[in-house]
Amino acid sequence: MQRTILDLWVGIFVVAGLAAILFLALKVGNMAGFENGQTYSLKAGFDNIGGLKPRAPIKSAGVVVGRVGEIGFDNQSYEATVTLNLDSRYQFPKDTSAAIMTSGLLGEQYISLEAGGDEKKLGNGDRLKITQGAVVLENLIGQFLYNKADEGKSKDKAGSL
Amino acid sequence: MIASIRSVLQKIGHRVIDSVWRMGFAGRFFLLTLMHSGTCFRRFHLILREVFSAGVLSLIIILVSGLFVGMVLGLQGFETLQTYGSEEALGILVAKSLVMELGPVVAALLFASRAGSAITAEIGLMKATEQIAAMEMMAVDPIARVVAPRFWGAVISMPLLAALFSAMGIFGGYLVGVVLIGVDNGSFWSQMQAAVSFDRDILNGVIKSVVFGVAVTTIALFEGFDAPPTAEGVSRATTRTVVTSSLAILGLDFILTAFMFRGV
Repeated sequence: MQRTILDLWVGIFVVAGLAAILFLALKVGNMAGFENGQTYSLKAGFDNIGGLKPRAPIKSAGVVVGRVGEIGFDNQSYEATVTLNLDSRYQFPKDTSAAIMTSGLLGEQYISLEAGGDEKKLGNGDRLKITQGAVVLENLIGQFLYNKADEGKSKDKAGSL
Repeated sequence: MIASIRSVLQKIGHRVIDSVWRMGFAGRFFLLTLMHSGTCFRRFHLILREVFSAGVLSLIIILVSGLFVGMVLGLQGFETLQTYGSEEALGILVAKSLVMELGPVVAALLFASRAGSAITAEIGLMKATEQIAAMEMMAVDPIARVVAPRFWGAVISMPLLAALFSAMGIFGGYLVGVVLIGVDNGSFWSQMQAAVSFDRDILNGVIKSVVFGVAVTTIALFEGFDAPPTAEGVSRATTRTVVTSSLAILGLDFILTAFMFRGV
């Protein structure tokens, strides 16, 4: 048995195919991210998570520091319970606050962490105390219209006086 | 009157019974192929030869089609995204549609018409010229010697071809979007990387292409093995391979996509 030119072609084909998969994994996908690293998880309750999805980014000062894990519903407090998987390179104080934000006008939703001033750091399984849910566009518009109507009323009153 | 109704009913019944019989035979054929895979992996050079004829010889059509599909996606996607002022999302559009859908499906369709038809014609002709019967006479199992190596050669080639198709398509989209039209290079790649995840999108694409590879190859091998040993029979079997496997690819694609989105 000896090497043939056919073996060379098969070898080239297989190497090219594997290189394509590698290209897809590293250059197109985000496999080279921190996901392989060590993480610790926190919990946070939100009154409304809006369109937040599992694996959405968690950002602090605009930098991605983790990803959203599970999202569940707490039947005791009627709140959404979100698990936050954070990279263990980043430690946050005990009084850190979490808010659900939207990137851009119609972009995807993410969790923004605002570090507090506590000396103690958050550990695995801790719960974030201060949270702010997603802004619901309908409520916002409703509030705006209500305020406008209020303004109009007070103007009328001012006019009658 | 009654006689003609009876003959119509008989024809329908014959058709149904025949197709159920064929399905059962195809199932047994598939199981036998899997059972004989062990011996064919010991004679690996047979598989290598089939990887050459199914994979390497399909390379050119896969690469060229991938490039053009990607380029068209780039042009069309740019036209549409431009109206919303988000040209930078072109990378996401090209990569997601290629990696999850177009890559596996179009590569499998091309593979069915390029390699699947060749497999059917080859095995059908082997049967017509009584080479398969001769093998059985010499106590060589044709499933182990002819069918199993072709099965594995094609199943190994299919995901690699689909990955090459996707990679080439993304390069085509890059060529049109970034080089020709002038979408920003950095945001093209970074938005793509943020939106495409390895385990959800790319791995699902690979799983799809493996399933398509198994389906196309099984259909092609079975049609060849089951073909009537005449010139007309082989030509009909070749046509049936392309039609059946194209339909199977599209149907399986729907089922797989439905399952994959359930999990999200």
